[in-house]
Amino acid sequence: MLDLDQWHEILSTIRKNKLRTFLTGFSVAWGIFMLVILLGSGNGLAKGIIYNFSDAKNSVWMGGGQTSTAYGGFNAGRRIELTNEDVTLVDKMFDDIDNLSGRYGIWGSLVSYKNNYGEFDVQAIHPGHQNTEAVKLINGRLLNNLDIKQYRKVAVIGKRVKDQIFKDEDPIGKYIIVRGIPFQVVGVFDDIHEGETERLYIPISLAQKTFISKNRIGSISFTTGDATVKEAEQMIEEIKTKMSRKYNFDPEDTRAMWSWNALENYQQMQALFKGINIFVLIIGIFTIIAGIMGVSNIMLIVVKERTKEMGIRKAIGARPSSIIWMILQESILITSIAGYLGLVLGVILLEVVAKAMPASDFFRNPGVNFNVAIGATVMIVIAGAVAGYIPAKKAANIQPVVALHDE
Amino acid sequence: MIRIEKLHKSYVNGNNRLHVLKGIDLNIESGELISIMGSSGSGKSTLLNVIGILDSYDSGDYYIDDTLIKNMSETKAAWYRNKMIGFVFQSFNLIAFKNAMENVALPLYYQGVSRKRRNIIAQEYLERMGLLEWAEHLPSELSGGQKQRVAIARAMISKPKIILADEPTGALDTQTSYEVMDIFQEVNKEGMTVIIVTHEKDISERTDRIIRLTDGIIDREYKPKKEAHYA
Repeated sequence: MLDLDQWHEILSTIRKNKLRTFLTGFSVAWGIFMLVILLGSGNGLAKGIIYNFSDAKNSVWMGGGQTSTAYGGFNAGRRIELTNEDVTLVDKMFDDIDNLSGRYGIWGSLVSYKNNYGEFDVQAIHPGHQNTEAVKLINGRLLNNLDIKQYRKVAVIGKRVKDQIFKDEDPIGKYIIVRGIPFQVVGVFDDIHEGETERLYIPISLAQKTFISKNRIGSISFTTGDATVKEAEQMIEEIKTKMSRKYNFDPEDTRAMWSWNALENYQQMQALFKGINIFVLIIGIFTIIAGIMGVSNIMLIVVKERTKEMGIRKAIGARPSSIIWMILQESILITSIAGYLGLVLGVILLEVVAKAMPASDFFRNPGVNFNVAIGATVMIVIAGAVAGYIPAKKAANIQPVVALHDE
Repeated sequence: MIRIEKLHKSYVNGNNRLHVLKGIDLNIESGELISIMGSSGSGKSTLLNVIGILDSYDSGDYYIDDTLIKNMSETKAAWYRNKMIGFVFQSFNLIAFKNAMENVALPLYYQGVSRKRRNIIAQEYLERMGLLEWAEHLPSELSGGQKQRVAIARAMISKPKIILADEPTGALDTQTSYEVMDIFQEVNKEGMTVIIVTHEKDISERTDRIIRLTDGIIDREYKPKKEAHYA
């Protein structure tokens, strides 16, 4: 169907009708370009949002704060400090929570290996905390209950820590110095949120013996299984009530204990994300429709404009099929190339934006789903062909004498 | 060559029905040079369009070489237009964005002749018309007489049996008209059947037979008086 001669005929027609070619191509290229930008921006937004949820989606975090009201004979402004006992207490309260862990952060700790130094966050934890943080083990092993029981001086280090102080060396089994004490590296982890790999995890039992006072923990974290947002909220309230009795603070005091319910926030973000997706989808569909309308319109004009030419071609022996093919091939060629150009330009712009704009918590790595973009291009190409086919077929089948009189 | 029997043709425009051809009977032998004359509205162009299969007819029969040309599919009609008939129009009907050579070569494109070959053939025909040096020019760069000669070359390139010309000299001055008529006479001598529609007496007098059309019927058929032409 597509021999070289036919291509030559089509290309010479295109070359000699530059404005028409440009207009057809432009409406397609513009439509695809806008679609790519739109999809890419939507993706960037979604990735930014997801980036903020690097922890287990059902995690709950709680910690002691500072009382804001006087209660039970105590003044306002008293610090509430949790201990190992409280972790046991919470454990006894619920059957359906997992990964219960106490945590104590030792911020800005000097860590060294040989001559390489760095300042990182050291977090003293129970093993379950690693699941709550949703870390991804890339080498070695994570902390376990034996490490806690036997007060082992072991550490699991983040990817950035490894990159900074070990470079290309294999860190497993090596000793690092944390605040003057040697620790053996047993594992390396990664996290969706790259900032959370600038830290080390060590057993909390050991930390309470060496770095911090006995029994002290900074916060409690756990995951809530299949609990709904409401059920998780209920758990938080029950814990607060229990603690208020134990530590003698007003159960209504919102500042005596802080809490973070990841599920609630995750669901809110998901709703927002869904909204953005629907928005992008609607705009995308309208963009494609606008592109299709543009191409259809131009194809109608093209056929109308060329009716007389078709009459001439028919008078000298062109078959209707060859006339229809001529119009279709021209349309398909122009829209495909233009669609591809729009696609490439859109992707280039997204790349430039991604490079020029630092990744933030709201927008990062805008990328486009290539299948969607190519699908949209193919749709416009087909629509252009259909839009050309109907009038071309009509024009190709009218009596040549009528076509010749068309001005 | 061409046989037409009781041919009728009407144009319907809304509720109006215009009866243009009212029973044409006509026989044209192979190799004839014929002119069809008549005032405007007499149906002469319609008749030529029917002969050229550019238009349909309502009743009667039309044969080319004993083949009935009636209710033909466009694809089959295309074959006849391409192989059997060469058409020359008053307004030339060249394709504006193609140069003279490409215009002349176009019928061969639809026969599947390769580009290189058909351009060579087109150049031969342009040379015969004395237009070889204009081969690369667009129609807009040519004079009326040149355009018509390009159109004649295009009509001839597929070596049809019949050349049909609708007022071929209508847009040309007298001198150029005679030159175009010289070409038609020459083409006719090579054996092609030539039918020219015209309303100019001096043009028709240079043909072998004149068919006069009045109000859609042939009212006279005669051979021109050669003496009158030279007088």
